[in-house]
Amino acid sequence: MEGDIAQMGQFIGAGLAAIGSGAAAIGVGHVAGNFLAGALRNPSAAGAQTATLFIGIAFAEALGIFSFLVALLLMFAV
Amino acid sequence: MASEAAEGGGLKIAPMDQFIVKPLFGGDTISWFTLTNATLWMAIAVLCVILLMVMGTRNRAMVPTRAQSVSEMIYGFVRKMVEDVAGKDGLVYFPYIITLFMFILLANVLALIPMSFSATSHIAVTAVMGFSVFFTVTAIGFIKNGTGFLSLFWVSSAPLALRPILAVIELISYFVRPVSHSVRLAGAIMAGHAVVKVFAGFAAVAAVAPLAIGGMVAIYALELLVACIQAYVFTILTCVYLKDALHPHH
Repeated sequence: MEGDIAQMGQFIGAGLAAIGSGAAAIGVGHVAGNFLAGALRNPSAAGAQTATLFIGIAFAEALGIFSFLVALLLMFAV
Repeated sequence: MASEAAEGGGLKIAPMDQFIVKPLFGGDTISWFTLTNATLWMAIAVLCVILLMVMGTRNRAMVPTRAQSVSEMIYGFVRKMVEDVAGKDGLVYFPYIITLFMFILLANVLALIPMSFSATSHIAVTAVMGFSVFFTVTAIGFIKNGTGFLSLFWVSSAPLALRPILAVIELISYFVRPVSHSVRLAGAIMAGHAVVKVFAGFAAVAAVAPLAIGGMVAIYALELLVACIQAYVFTILTCVYLKDALHPHH
């Protein structure tokens, strides 16, 4: 078991990087929730904005996936 | 790796083993010409695209068959997306964009077949598509607008003192585009398939098996949604980048 401090650090770092996924979840929920709030006020304008919704979700999600990538790199590539 | 020595004789979950590229006909070395499971499933995806789009529309019936109506729906959907986002003059690049869309969609959906290989989960595959979009769009921007393309980085609606700082930020965000473009697709597909495998590992423990199988069904349905949405997102971002190249003025 001794001498595994580096591996322990990898696992702790991967776990910390996973926090970023939760932050991305907050971001995606914020985008979708605000879209729904706006869409219910003016449903006739909502249909034209679904593309914008998906672009916003994609940008928010990309950062979460970056943190997931950091976790993967710590687990398998370091 | 997190190897859980649980009850019932050492449960071992290896969710990333499904992404290993293996040669199809034995051997260990992989050269550029080696047929691997990655090339096999990419070829199957291309064949399915040809089957759907060429064979489906071969008869051009007035009352469409199922294959013809599916291919017409996809064609109309992508065409409308290009027209809405990139504008009328973006329709010249419509063949390239629908090729990307169909390949990514079919590769994502085919990867959901059990024991198949998910080609789009590899950054090597998605980076080729992401960087080719980046280089194509940059070339189009310079050919269409000349040096006027650089006004993309010079935000004329901002106060003059702020513009150099914004130019640096815009420049950085422009060059991060191909990275985020490709890593988003690969990361989403990889993460989804790893989650399915983790649930499949839990299903080996009898106590939680019904729960794990129920979770797997739910995750699988979500993965089908993600496969389509990621193809849509990749395509619509290509359209957004194309719009920036065609109309760089803010």
